[in-house]
Amino acid sequence: MTVPPPGGIDCDIHPAIPSIDVLLPYLSAHWREQVVTRGLDELNSIAYPDNSPLTARPDWRPAQGRPGATLAQVQAQALDAFGTSLAICNCLYGVQVLFSEDLAAAIARAVNDWIAKEWLDRDPRLRASIVVPSQSTELAVEEIERLAGDQRFVQVLLLAMGDTPLGRRHHWPIYAAAERHGLAVGIHAGGSYHNPPTPVGWPGTHTEDYVNQAQAFQSQLTSLITEGVFSRYPALKVVLLESGFTWLPAHLWRLTKYWRGLRMEIPWVDRSPAEIVRSNVRLTIQPVDAPEGDALNRLIDHMQSDELLLFSTDFPHWQFDGAEALPDGLDATLVRRIMIDNPRATYARLLEPVA
Amino acid sequence: MNVQLQGTPTLETRLTGKLGIADGDIHPARKSSTDFHPWLAKRWHDHAALFGTPGRQGWQVGPAYPKSQPNASRRDAYPPEGGRQGSSLSFMQAQHLDPNNVELGILNPLGVGQGMQNIEFSAAMCHAANEWQIAEWLSKDARLRGSVMVAYEDGPLAAAEIRARTGDPNFVQVLLLSRTAEPLGSRRYWPIYEAAAEAGLPVAVHAFGYGGAPITSAGWPSYYIEEMTGHAQCCQAVLTSMVVEGIFARFPSLKVILVEAGFAWVPPLAWRLDKHWKRLRAETPYLTRLPSEYIRDHVWFTTQPMEEPDPREHLRDTIDWIGWDRLIFATDYPHWDFDDPAHALPLAIDDEQRRKFFIGNARTVYGLNAPGWPAAARQANT
Repeated sequence: MTVPPPGGIDCDIHPAIPSIDVLLPYLSAHWREQVVTRGLDELNSIAYPDNSPLTARPDWRPAQGRPGATLAQVQAQALDAFGTSLAICNCLYGVQVLFSEDLAAAIARAVNDWIAKEWLDRDPRLRASIVVPSQSTELAVEEIERLAGDQRFVQVLLLAMGDTPLGRRHHWPIYAAAERHGLAVGIHAGGSYHNPPTPVGWPGTHTEDYVNQAQAFQSQLTSLITEGVFSRYPALKVVLLESGFTWLPAHLWRLTKYWRGLRMEIPWVDRSPAEIVRSNVRLTIQPVDAPEGDALNRLIDHMQSDELLLFSTDFPHWQFDGAEALPDGLDATLVRRIMIDNPRATYARLLEPVA
Repeated sequence: MNVQLQGTPTLETRLTGKLGIADGDIHPARKSSTDFHPWLAKRWHDHAALFGTPGRQGWQVGPAYPKSQPNASRRDAYPPEGGRQGSSLSFMQAQHLDPNNVELGILNPLGVGQGMQNIEFSAAMCHAANEWQIAEWLSKDARLRGSVMVAYEDGPLAAAEIRARTGDPNFVQVLLLSRTAEPLGSRRYWPIYEAAAEAGLPVAVHAFGYGGAPITSAGWPSYYIEEMTGHAQCCQAVLTSMVVEGIFARFPSLKVILVEAGFAWVPPLAWRLDKHWKRLRAETPYLTRLPSEYIRDHVWFTTQPMEEPDPREHLRDTIDWIGWDRLIFATDYPHWDFDDPAHALPLAIDDEQRRKFFIGNARTVYGLNAPGWPAAARQANT
């Protein structure tokens, strides 16, 4: 691994909600009372067990509290340490795991308002994704509309394992809203856990759960493409966050082969899946699930585009050590694209001045 | 596949027609639903007539997603004497085994009792399917070898069927389907691995099945193409489970063959497993080697449906990473996405690679490397 040049745009960092108490001021009286009276616990999903080695790098774990839960910590460890110019906050809080869509909407609103007030207002390098109650397309769109005027929100955040595949038509108003407002749609590892985390049921280990996230992304990419999301919303940018990327070429080989054999079933898909990905889909670089050296460069060659990867540290998740956030052996032009050009081309709102 | 090929096959690939080949995935079909009756108790004839043979899906008959062609099979594969595709040995010989120089054909019967809701009925059907393979196929063509069908959702029942077939040269593997009720590394399936390892039979896992869970971890998709593409994700979860739950650490002589799952996803999955296992290994103290090492030593893959990069040359990297000794050529006859041995691998490869890819690896994994194969096998079979 190697140290990236400064000035990069980090497309995936995770400020943590220290406890549900910080959201209380951002909840209505009704929901505040619900949280307190019912003893609502911390909404931390099993995707990232608090003490799992993956959840936070050892040197990014504070003596007290949750990793990444204070602005000072994020500034020192995620921004200053890499000379980052801009970073996109993807707040992972178990909003999507709830079954009540009203409660999910209330918590999502609180999370977004908390991020705006406690983070975006206090460091001009920070941008954020809009957390939405994906349990309800209607309420999700409401939340997007509520925040779309704030240019510091650059993306709508969804999770890789929801209740129904993301290409299904009932999700489409979310994509219409995102496209209309120049917001990317980010899909992050994790899920509602309302379906088994694998196509063959519940695994026995956290290791399998995390490894299987990559397969969830593969399925979502298939769904988005085959249902025709990009045929209907050609300007939409979808970003796969913490997805891994080394699976992409093999997946596109298979999907494109079946598209050639079965496109009669989905006649609205009038371009090959590989071509659609090159124009509409991007992936953050961490985790790099590949050996160093020749194999990685062969894989990047298989991707057939230098526009697909976006810089990310995945702070505070433990994907690399020290400041070495990039794999070895990438050429300087590609590094510049990953660090700066590709994020700017993906997130239209990063080019806009913010008030 | 029944689609236009990209590029022109090289002279070398055309010449593979001269080589005797293995086909690791042939699907024989029944002529009629009563074909198993000679080996099935009267109770089950009646049961089937009254209640059908439901799996874990909504239709009485037929697949969860309508296929692209009848029976998911080639329209040119209907036998002239009638019956569904794959149900006639003589037509299979004339259309596939003879012209493609198939020297070793592995039978993987589908839809013959695995994954049924009623586990005892499933076990009875699987037993009958094994007898049927011997009577109708294996005893009539020495090139063919069978799979021990088992009711895999019940480990002890499945193990009993494996033990009953141990030592029978008709059978060269145990067959499971990939879409099980729980991931295949789960403890409930261990009796299968134990019996297979004792019998010296590889465990083949064929894509498809009836586990009950959606083919994606985000719920049910809409289309057949998503299910077909999704088998690669499903089989990644299967392999992940087998490795991480320690099947290969616990059954060190076990061989697994993933059938019709594709294979280009294997290197990235192995790298991902290695990377994250290193961080999380406190969870799996019984694993003493890297996940990729277990895969490298214990797992083989059939080739169809062969991934088709453009340029095709990219596939060479993939096979280099997996190992030229780990792929078993397969056509999936008579299914619609049949890979033609004359066109399936348009890479310039050397003679040794070609021999391994088309026949050598299959002989090795099935233990059919004895001098004189296939003549000796023919003799043993007749």
